[in-house]
Amino acid sequence: MSGSPRAAYLPDGLPIPVPENDGLSAPYWAGLQQNRLLVQRCPHCTTWQFGPEWLCHHCHSFDVEWTEIEPRGRIFSWERVWSPSHDALRGRGPYLAVLVELPHAGHVRMVGNLLGDPLQTVIIGTDVQGVFEHHHDSVPRYSLLHWTNHRMKAVR
Amino acid sequence: MMARASGERTLRGRVAVVGIGETDYYRHGESSDPEFKLALKAILAACSDAGLDPREIDGFSSYSDDRSDAGRLAAALGTRRLSTTTMQWGGGGGGCCAAVANAAASIVAGLADCVVVFRSLAQGQYGRFGQTGGIGTVSGERAYLMPYGVLAPPQRFAMRVRRYMHEHGVRQEAMQAIALASYHHAQSNPRAVMFGKPLDPEKYNASRWIAEPFHLFDCCMENDGAAAIILVPEERAGDFRNKPAYILGAATGAGYRSGAIPHNSPQYASASFETLAPALYRMAGIRPADVDVVQSYENFTGGVVMALAEHGFFKPEEANDFLVVDNLIAPSGRLPLNTSGGNLAECYMHGFELVIEAVRQIRGRSVNQVKCNDVAMVIGGPMVTPASNLLLGSGATL
Repeated sequence: MSGSPRAAYLPDGLPIPVPENDGLSAPYWAGLQQNRLLVQRCPHCTTWQFGPEWLCHHCHSFDVEWTEIEPRGRIFSWERVWSPSHDALRGRGPYLAVLVELPHAGHVRMVGNLLGDPLQTVIIGTDVQGVFEHHHDSVPRYSLLHWTNHRMKAVR
Repeated sequence: MMARASGERTLRGRVAVVGIGETDYYRHGESSDPEFKLALKAILAACSDAGLDPREIDGFSSYSDDRSDAGRLAAALGTRRLSTTTMQWGGGGGGCCAAVANAAASIVAGLADCVVVFRSLAQGQYGRFGQTGGIGTVSGERAYLMPYGVLAPPQRFAMRVRRYMHEHGVRQEAMQAIALASYHHAQSNPRAVMFGKPLDPEKYNASRWIAEPFHLFDCCMENDGAAAIILVPEERAGDFRNKPAYILGAATGAGYRSGAIPHNSPQYASASFETLAPALYRMAGIRPADVDVVQSYENFTGGVVMALAEHGFFKPEEANDFLVVDNLIAPSGRLPLNTSGGNLAECYMHGFELVIEAVRQIRGRSVNQVKCNDVAMVIGGPMVTPASNLLLGSGATL
């Protein structure tokens, strides 16, 4: 993680996300590396979709497009993980994972970590802001999208 | 109970379980037998229980990517004629009832005459289910979860249960009651891995968190062993040693976009039975009030809460009142649950031990026998896609 402006939320050594061999999710992962959140939207029927699929689940068009959206949402659910299930996490716990829904993008949901104190009180419905975490020195390189509620508080 | 309309497509009353068999159950990694040998032992035990020549088996059915290949099993057993080999898609226990349904469907359709349904696990030999080490890169659903530390099954399901608790006001105590009932039943089951290891509320509460809201005792064990049942057409049900248990109904699948990844199922706070429970009751021609005993797959206790509510035993808002230990234990609880100890305390055989216990209850031979024992339900794999369920009945229900 040298060269990165912030330490990673979780230690290195966890599985690295890559697109499928058929390339379905390649735009999503490439977008994160450029601080862009891309989600599929069907240009024909305006249905949002995440995770990606080769066709729109609503109108069955194969022309589903990737649309850049603002990385903001609200906490739909959460968990505090205490038991390490990977060698890289030994001694690291607890940590927080959240499921964030994006009301401005068809309420699609995505999993990330909630930055900050792992013992903080987490409230379902809280507004959160996306934070990109870059692993540019990793091989292969990749980026993740985390969430924080601090910036939203500051804006208010 | 309703009579069957003529021409109706159904499994109801047309297939019987005439044999059940299990190996010894072991803690994870402690079986000295290889997984394939465990499968053979369970199948032979089920044949012996039925009084059936194993060579008469002409079909094999399993689930959860079982590694005991049907062709190899048939060759090893000297199967004279192999007629059907089915495997239900999906990992974990979502197929524990579907595998029975697939076997029964093969019999009803005339594809086979005597099918064994089985599950075999030697996690010491093949690695732990849900093991997450040694993986360099991930794609597909796991790519959206694993880099965030959402790797193992409890981490994949805790958020779903948390959302359910949030939507319906379900408290930790409801989940605790399910764990306590399972351990209570295991204390009179010498086969149970947790036999002689009772659980009380203090021990539950003091146990470590795995992933909130799951304590250690909310999570199933990992075990080695094998279990099998023998199915024959209803016409042959009386030819064997034991009282038959008839299939009243079965369903498998999930609702609208239940498999939308990652965590994008429209009915996220759900065990995935919204379509299956009505289908099961419709085929069986019974209502929740007719069910005498339930074996409900516990990957995690929270999934049991959802699954029982979705099968109509209580409304989600009533979970805290219904799910108390007295209601859940044999012989006299309102809804005796997981009467062998189940995945939590008997043995995690991906739920197939639950199917066997349901048969035992119909026979009247459980170590935690319920008083009324004509209708037994099995619920498989809550929160996974596809899930499945099953209703077994005594001859009196036909």
